[in-house]
Amino acid sequence: MSLKKDPEKRKRKSNFSRRGFLQGVGVTSGVLTTGVLETEAEAQSAKLLGPGEVPITLQINGKPYKTSVEPRSTLLDTLRHRLDITAAKRVCDRGTCGACTVSVDGKAMYSCTVLAIDAQGRQIQTLEGLSQNGKPHPVSKAFVANDAQQCGYCTPGFVMAAKTFLDHNPNPTHEEVKAGLGGNLCRCGTYMGIRQAVLDAAKEMKGTKNA
Amino acid sequence: MPNATDYHWPPMDKRRVMGKRLDRLDGIAKSTGAAKYNSDIKPEGMLFGALLTSPHAHAKVKSIDTSAAEKLAGVTAVRAIVAAGDEIQWAGQEIAFLAATTEEVANDAVRLIKVDYEVMPHLVLEEDLSKVGNRARPSGEQVTGDTEKAFQEADATAEDTYGIPVLTHCCLEPHGQTIAIKGDRAEYFPSTQNVYGIASDIGRALNIPIANVHVHMDYMGGGFGSKFPADRWGLESAELSKSSGGRPVKLFLDRATELTIAGNRPSVFAKVKTGAKKDGTITAWQSETWSTGGIGGGNLNAALFPYVFTQVPNRRISHTAVSVNAGGARAWRAPSHPQVCFITCSAFEDLAAKINMDPLDMFLKNLNYTSRAELYKFQFAKAAELMDWKKNWHPRGDSGSGHVKRGLGLALGTWGGAGHASTCKTTIHPDASVEVELATQDLGTGTRTMVAMIAAETFGLPITAIKVKLGDNSYPNSGGSGGSTTIGGVTSSTRKSSVNALAKLFEVVAKSLDVSQDDLEAVDQRIRVKGNPDKGMSFVQACQKLGVNSISEMGANEPAKAPQEGLNTGGVGGVQMADVSVDIETGIVRMNRLVAVQDCGLVVNPKTAESQVYGACIMSICGALYEERIMDEQTGRVLNPDMEFYKLAGIGDIGEIIVHMDIREEMDKRGVVGLGEPCAIGGVAAIANAVANAIGVRAPRVPLTPARVLAALDRRIA
Repeated sequence: MSLKKDPEKRKRKSNFSRRGFLQGVGVTSGVLTTGVLETEAEAQSAKLLGPGEVPITLQINGKPYKTSVEPRSTLLDTLRHRLDITAAKRVCDRGTCGACTVSVDGKAMYSCTVLAIDAQGRQIQTLEGLSQNGKPHPVSKAFVANDAQQCGYCTPGFVMAAKTFLDHNPNPTHEEVKAGLGGNLCRCGTYMGIRQAVLDAAKEMKGTKNA
Repeated sequence: MPNATDYHWPPMDKRRVMGKRLDRLDGIAKSTGAAKYNSDIKPEGMLFGALLTSPHAHAKVKSIDTSAAEKLAGVTAVRAIVAAGDEIQWAGQEIAFLAATTEEVANDAVRLIKVDYEVMPHLVLEEDLSKVGNRARPSGEQVTGDTEKAFQEADATAEDTYGIPVLTHCCLEPHGQTIAIKGDRAEYFPSTQNVYGIASDIGRALNIPIANVHVHMDYMGGGFGSKFPADRWGLESAELSKSSGGRPVKLFLDRATELTIAGNRPSVFAKVKTGAKKDGTITAWQSETWSTGGIGGGNLNAALFPYVFTQVPNRRISHTAVSVNAGGARAWRAPSHPQVCFITCSAFEDLAAKINMDPLDMFLKNLNYTSRAELYKFQFAKAAELMDWKKNWHPRGDSGSGHVKRGLGLALGTWGGAGHASTCKTTIHPDASVEVELATQDLGTGTRTMVAMIAAETFGLPITAIKVKLGDNSYPNSGGSGGSTTIGGVTSSTRKSSVNALAKLFEVVAKSLDVSQDDLEAVDQRIRVKGNPDKGMSFVQACQKLGVNSISEMGANEPAKAPQEGLNTGGVGGVQMADVSVDIETGIVRMNRLVAVQDCGLVVNPKTAESQVYGACIMSICGALYEERIMDEQTGRVLNPDMEFYKLAGIGDIGEIIVHMDIREEMDKRGVVGLGEPCAIGGVAAIANAVANAIGVRAPRVPLTPARVLAALDRRIA
């Protein structure tokens, strides 16, 4: 559905809201199909807001963070610009390089492709949340031991991708590591160290569980 | 105090820290997210900067109107940097800068700036020299010997036209900075390879004392040669801060702008003819090359032809720079060398194929034309052993009947890399803490760790006992990081300042033990008498004798004196060999192995050194198979200023990489030499040669995309 078709659009100045928009459409348009209405009804119940800044709460590393963002703001930009949580890096900003990888409900996601408002109610983990009681995660330690980083700008994304990869595949082969971390790019060329770091961390994490 | 000025490195077998495979000191900070880059910081009151760039490759500005942007709520300052009548020379050239309270508002405001352009004709493609018209700038011909006669007398000649395109640095942390101008003072947080020198750019532009420009940078996310000046975005961000009541302004380029205007490596295209005798002796080299480095033309050093084999007796070399409407070139890891290496080693491999000779044998046969025959001989032997070259090499195209063809290729490189001027201060405190201060920068090469290792070695301490303070221009000037000159510079200055500080500590200890200070040594966290290890005291006890007075001593690396001192030197060699598989049905090239044998004199830390070589190999794989800046002839813009279509190798694309650091006593005794550039030279050529060997025909233009490989196969049939 295009905003351009909305006869109410020209009348609204600053207080545009998705809810108001839907109500307007509901009154003035008789051509909506039932399916669209159902979808829009769901959207209505999701309480979407904007385009100005809206208050949001994000669950990050086990703690609630309150801030306000424009609905168009990505999770990445919100972490970095609003919350000063900066391990995730903005590199391509288009879902290609993986430098912004965080864990959302246990899955690796490019935080540049997730809107902050859509990340509400989900468990977000950033690299900062990986260390426990000041002790680095086995993946972080393995990156150091294997010198799997140079400038280090891709490292936070790689560590998060590796950690979530190992959560889903705790005993990977060399080939599986190459496929599993194919969504991240490094410019300094640290892949040799990363491959070994992931394999070493897998061993270490199993050892940790057995202990 | 005769021994105080004995700065020599300890002999290899006496070193306790240097030469060890130590983890980098900032590793945990980087892998836990604690490392704060300047693109991460958010000082109080920070504004977001944004810029408008030209959509046209060549145009005249008819009018510019920033009034709507200025009126947008949240915008604090707008600066148009062009005026009506100004000529724009490339797409991406900066038009206006502004600052606003949020990045979203800043980007909205940029879209409100109205610019009318009179679009003018542009040239963005240089590959076809016949179409560049008056944009070609030939620079004469260098002739040595008689190439015509040599070609007539040669048993075989080879000719082809080779090409290697413009690349962009694609630093993961984009160019940019956060900067605050308050009165005549600047707090400046750039992403730079030049922590000390960059302050002068800001001081001069803002007309404030350079001494008042305070540069801070703990970490930086990649430079590769492209991050030396403050750049227009740095200077304009400073002006925006000044116009916004001194509030800090952050402006880091977005990815498209980064890939369009923040630096690139010149292309090179080359028509080459070579000649040899039947026994493989190369007799002649002739090259007509052209390249572009953007609007300023190419900045290729054509005098490097024929690469490394510079003494081939008959040579004819000419070069033409082509000015195109595109962003300017910047230094890139070993400027000119990777391109010149690719063209030279490709041409000689083709020549070897003409006389049915193993290119390894041909390269070995002609090493007398190089300035490092013995070194290359050794390195080729080592690489051949690691590659099992003699077993795996086959004559060109003789690669079996299946559709996947395997081939081997090789190349060689050279670089200088002597240490730059560097000054360092070492301080020993009464509580035994040791600080080393120098205004250098750690680009991810391990500079911080190397400095700590040198001080630790000198004091007989573990590296964790050394506090390294760098990335701040209030420390002594230690030069910019370019040309692989950092490691030689900082290790030498650190060694000298630390030896000087230790001499002062020895004075105190010598009195206490009633011995001559020349008899003392610092080993295993103790200051003790040479030959009588029980006589002495712990380092901590020695420092306690200082009372309340710390020792602070300076040390400097002066390039003119360095050769006599022997701490660092320049001039290294390296060879690379590649093993690829090519599917002749799809044209897809897969890396099997890449072997690199590299000399860099005294290797301070083999672990981080190997990392640099691994990285250079991977960068070479990118250049050989994937990356290329593609310009659109119609719009004059970069077509792939993103990371989806400006392709880099991923973790599954690199095969196996085998690095052998050439660590031998005779290498070591030359002192420390830079490593970042020399290892980044030969890979592209080695891979391209391996593909030619596999498919039986030269694919002369890199990157070797499937389309180019298939086109080369067509050429074989034709």
